[in-house]
Amino acid sequence: MILSALFSVLFYAAFIVLVAGVSRRILIYWKTPSPLVIPTTPAPVTRAGVAGRMFREVVFFESLFKGSKWSWLFGWLFHFGMLVVLVRHLRYFTEPVWAWVAMMQWVGIYAGMAMLLGLVGLLIRRSAVDRLRYISAPSDYLMLALLIAIAGTGLLMKYVWHTDIIALKAFVLGMMYFQWAPLPADPLLLLHLLLVIVLMLVFPISKLLHAPGIFFSPTRNMTDNPREVRHVAAWADDTAKPSGASGS
Amino acid sequence: MAGIKKPEFDVPELREVMSVPSVVPGAMAHSKPFVAKPEFQVPLGFPGELVEDWKERAISKMGDVLGKYRSVQVFMDACVKCGACTDKCHYYLGTADPKNMPVARQDLMRGVYRRYFTFAGKHFPKLVGATELTEEVIEDWYRYYHQCSECRRCSVYCPYGIDTAEITMAGREILASIGVGQKYANEIIGKVHKIGNNLGLPEPALADTLEGLEEEVEEDTGVPVKYPLDQAGADVLLVTPSADFFAEPHVDGLIGYGKVFHQAGISWTLSSHASEAANFGIFIGNYDNMKQVAMRVKEAALELGVKRIVVGECGHAWRVAYSFWNTLIGPFDFLDRSFPVPQHICEFTWDLLQRGALRINREENDDKVVTFHDSCNVSRGSRMGNKPGGQFTIPREIIKAACNNFVDMAPETTHENTFCCGGGGGLLTDDLVELRVKGALPRMEALKNVVDEYGVTHMAAICAICKSQFTKVLPFYGLGMDMVVSVHQLLGDALELGGGE
Repeated sequence: MILSALFSVLFYAAFIVLVAGVSRRILIYWKTPSPLVIPTTPAPVTRAGVAGRMFREVVFFESLFKGSKWSWLFGWLFHFGMLVVLVRHLRYFTEPVWAWVAMMQWVGIYAGMAMLLGLVGLLIRRSAVDRLRYISAPSDYLMLALLIAIAGTGLLMKYVWHTDIIALKAFVLGMMYFQWAPLPADPLLLLHLLLVIVLMLVFPISKLLHAPGIFFSPTRNMTDNPREVRHVAAWADDTAKPSGASGS
Repeated sequence: MAGIKKPEFDVPELREVMSVPSVVPGAMAHSKPFVAKPEFQVPLGFPGELVEDWKERAISKMGDVLGKYRSVQVFMDACVKCGACTDKCHYYLGTADPKNMPVARQDLMRGVYRRYFTFAGKHFPKLVGATELTEEVIEDWYRYYHQCSECRRCSVYCPYGIDTAEITMAGREILASIGVGQKYANEIIGKVHKIGNNLGLPEPALADTLEGLEEEVEEDTGVPVKYPLDQAGADVLLVTPSADFFAEPHVDGLIGYGKVFHQAGISWTLSSHASEAANFGIFIGNYDNMKQVAMRVKEAALELGVKRIVVGECGHAWRVAYSFWNTLIGPFDFLDRSFPVPQHICEFTWDLLQRGALRINREENDDKVVTFHDSCNVSRGSRMGNKPGGQFTIPREIIKAACNNFVDMAPETTHENTFCCGGGGGLLTDDLVELRVKGALPRMEALKNVVDEYGVTHMAAICAICKSQFTKVLPFYGLGMDMVVSVHQLLGDALELGGGE
């Protein structure tokens, strides 16, 4: 019971840190102006075009594909494997389980493997290429290790040491609706959940901020229309103050 | 021309297939440009020399920049160290110094950012690679933020569009704010503020030069082509890099512009007040200086009462003009809005070509096999024409209209993938020759390949810096410095000025 309470508290705390932390970063990005038009050209000349560019970037990792085929392959496997795995986990959060979630459960298994494969590939690339070793901090390896451990413990529970998923679901729903239920005390499950909590906690203070960051990247989200539209940032607008405030 | 001295460094060998070098830490740690003297710092609004409380001021300036530029704020956070950029920078490819990998160049600042502006870096600095701001760090900034030509090539391949140019500009801006500026760039900005152009060419000298040009062209062609200066009431104000007034091969480009105006019958003028298209304010990442330099153009346009502004062949100048002018010094509602404001000389010429307003004899260029070097700022920081990518097609169409023999270099080295000439971003100075020669390697290899395969004799460019840089470095690689030509030189040579009506 202490264990259940502890994990509940940790999950609530991690959830608050994740949401508040990421929201705060998004707010900072939102409020920081882009005082000049700097899309990497050739760039779309319409908003719809920019939406298309952003879509290709987020869904297909278009630029990364141009940049490094191996990173692209492993990175894409990992991210979309993880996405499907996350969707598969919705069955723990919904009662009754949504039909389409139930239908895609079998895909989720392969997605979990793809995710793990991608992560291991990324780790090998990071360790094997001298240029990547040079730019990697301990946190870069640890992040991969954390994700590999999460995917690994998940797959182990699926294939080797099963856990009581009925009780687990009761625990999850209990947290969601504040009608707490006990958490099965399987070491592997506890480890899996603990690692997920760590991931949620580090998200807003780590490079995982690339996820919201991409949407605010001026080289990708700006329209190529500088001859038609002025983009004066508030701090750069000197029509209000006397000229020659700085410079000569 | 005098032969080149034997260099004090090893010139890289040209290979048929480009390969990525293994990292050689510290390979270019000795490379740094001269520091600006106080007399050139102060007029730009910077402290004359390193201030005593540099550490506090640098950190506070970094906070200021983070709050003013979304690019810097997002780019500091978003990098996942995927490594896609690590083999994209011409300076890394040419020097093997790992700090010339775009991500590592950013990390010089990112480490400090993490240390002073992030939770993880404040509490777990070792874990996340956060670094104390020390004198060594400042020295590394000065070295390696002057080994980046702000060409944006890395930003093409980054999954988050991280543009190292933005970080380099921020780095230089912070350095300048604590009193450490670069001599070459800051002296030039001072000259523009004071005299009106990068070369410090005063009005009488400019008038004299243009007069000489008119005589030369008339002697050459028998046609009195005019190169007007400060002619109020002209239709077009041409703003061009001052190198066009006398440097080789730039001046042949200016001759070409004049011929185009002459044949099109459009009145035009240069301005002694704005006798410079270049705007080194962008290189040092300083908004105020960039704006002030740009403002001369608007003032000249108003004073001369022109209807249009056309910008000559210059890479970063076109980025500033196309992407920033309207924001910095606009609106341009006093100009004729049926033309783009500003308009690139290539857009101007291409428009005339399409309307059949120019008579051309391509055979004049039959002695040449021409290739085209896409300038970085034009390719990745601007556009020409109505459609994305016009900056690639329009100059090529002009060359093809003027020459029968045109071949492109390898696609991984052209268009948005183009390699910088090695001298952009305020690095076109003799104290950085080693860097410039080594940074030119990828372009030189691509050029050598088309020379060997297709017998290319000339490489056309639309950037004053590219032209100067190539003229300097081509001989290091055993290629002729006179291979470099302006696009408008090719066109000018093919224009049939005489006869006709």
